[in-house]
Amino acid sequence: MNDVLTPPAANQNTTKVPLRPQGKVLAVTSGKGGVGKTFVSANLAAALAKRGHKVLVLDADLGLANLDVVLNLYPKITLHDVFTGKAKLEDAILPAPGGFSVLLAGSGMVEYSRLTPEVRDEFLHIINGLVPHYDVVLLDTGAGISDVVLFAVSMASEVLMVATPEPTSLTDAYATIKVLVGQQQRQTIRVVVNQVSRPGTGQAITNQLQQVLDRFVVTEPGRPIRLIHMGDIPVDAEVRNAVMRRQLLFQATPTCPAGLAISELARKLGAGVIPKPA
Amino acid sequence: MAFLTLSPQVDLQALQLDDARALLKHDAQNIQQEPGESPTGYLQRVIDSLCELSLKDPLTGLGNRRHFRSTLERSIEAVARSGESVLLLLLDIDHFKAINDTHGHLAGDQVLQAIAKCLTDCVRPMDTVTRYGGEEFAIILPHCRPLFGRAVAERIRQTVASLSISVSPLLSVQATISIGGAYAPEWVRSTADLWIERTDQQLYRAKSSGRNQVCLDQPRELSVSAEEKGLLFAHIAADEEAMIRNISGAPPFDPQGNATKRVKA
Repeated sequence: MNDVLTPPAANQNTTKVPLRPQGKVLAVTSGKGGVGKTFVSANLAAALAKRGHKVLVLDADLGLANLDVVLNLYPKITLHDVFTGKAKLEDAILPAPGGFSVLLAGSGMVEYSRLTPEVRDEFLHIINGLVPHYDVVLLDTGAGISDVVLFAVSMASEVLMVATPEPTSLTDAYATIKVLVGQQQRQTIRVVVNQVSRPGTGQAITNQLQQVLDRFVVTEPGRPIRLIHMGDIPVDAEVRNAVMRRQLLFQATPTCPAGLAISELARKLGAGVIPKPA
Repeated sequence: MAFLTLSPQVDLQALQLDDARALLKHDAQNIQQEPGESPTGYLQRVIDSLCELSLKDPLTGLGNRRHFRSTLERSIEAVARSGESVLLLLLDIDHFKAINDTHGHLAGDQVLQAIAKCLTDCVRPMDTVTRYGGEEFAIILPHCRPLFGRAVAERIRQTVASLSISVSPLLSVQATISIGGAYAPEWVRSTADLWIERTDQQLYRAKSSGRNQVCLDQPRELSVSAEEKGLLFAHIAADEEAMIRNISGAPPFDPQGNATKRVKA
């Protein structure tokens, strides 16, 4: 039942299948686009950096990258130049406003939005090169279950699924989780619910997803799927303000409700998931 | 199109067509110019026959690897545009070397031919059966719904296993095949290499778990049934209930804890 994207444990010695990088790689993904994936990645990175973690965010949404827009950065050297061999990896890493590092895809990456074996190897090579230098590497992936997204997620040790309470977002999040469980044998998926208008809605949604998974998705005995609710990010006018001003919310208004929610998310991840800063 | 200008004046005598004629004759095709056939018409026929020849495996008469590759590339485009279900099967004759070693290479060739014919008879005319290489075949099945994939592959496997292949007047042999299969990811423009690799892994699985069996890659289950959706949205109903209760003066919504209890199972 193994997909090409997921190396089975027994096959790890063959060169054909990629190894999962050793170290903390957190994929921030979603079932549907426009739920705040990049917003969460960038602000979470800033919040983790503030807690003393060394963080790098990699723009893994090769087809529709917009981390540069969120961060208001226009780099001369991008991941595209590394892919094409025009620049060295270390030259493409930029300091981002929130005190973390960032590796931006660049618009030329559209041609890499098809997952060829070369793109896969190059991608894996880059991530393996980055991981030893950071406490955590955040992968800001695309939405859904395209080959590139699934491959990017397959390299992560942890998955953070961003959803909103909207029915369409939930359906797509659920479908994506099913694929991750079926194709990558994921057991644990972390959930953060964005744009929550009532306290508790996020937890209710995670419980709901868990119930439906338990009922409809058959897994191997002794390997149940476990969703972990990591928090709610409330609807907050400051989020829109920050996005329009192209600032990080976490820098502009860190104590607004959404900013506090991001801090709380960073605290929870820092407490268990991500190793303590050195 | 440079060659269009030369077509009325083409001098068949000056063209070196002997090699082409020999190749086509070897493939039992009449390639002499018919009485009254125009030079252009004749040349077109030679070119068409050569094209056809270049896509064919000479031993089995099936499509060759070149044919397989181009059909697969076209299928990927179709899948990306229409979301059609296309199944790729890779089939490998079990212990083929033993057949060759015991009965000789001529017998081996006869087995390949018999199985090639059997495969063609097992599938629809719209399916593409090709010789992938050696004792390995590939079949591309367009419009093959995920529910039917296993049934088709299983039928092929059983039909081949039941075959008695006569390799000499006094001797018949039997052979089994292992089959690996994978669907192209729907609505996604995958690559031929990835698709083949995924299918090959299933063939490897079929081989390593004892041969003479079918292993299919589970298609990505994207469909979310009405039952699943109904359950997914229960929290919205619960939310509305709570809102109505709030309006009618019930105690305000309790953050965190109680929300989960109000959700209907």
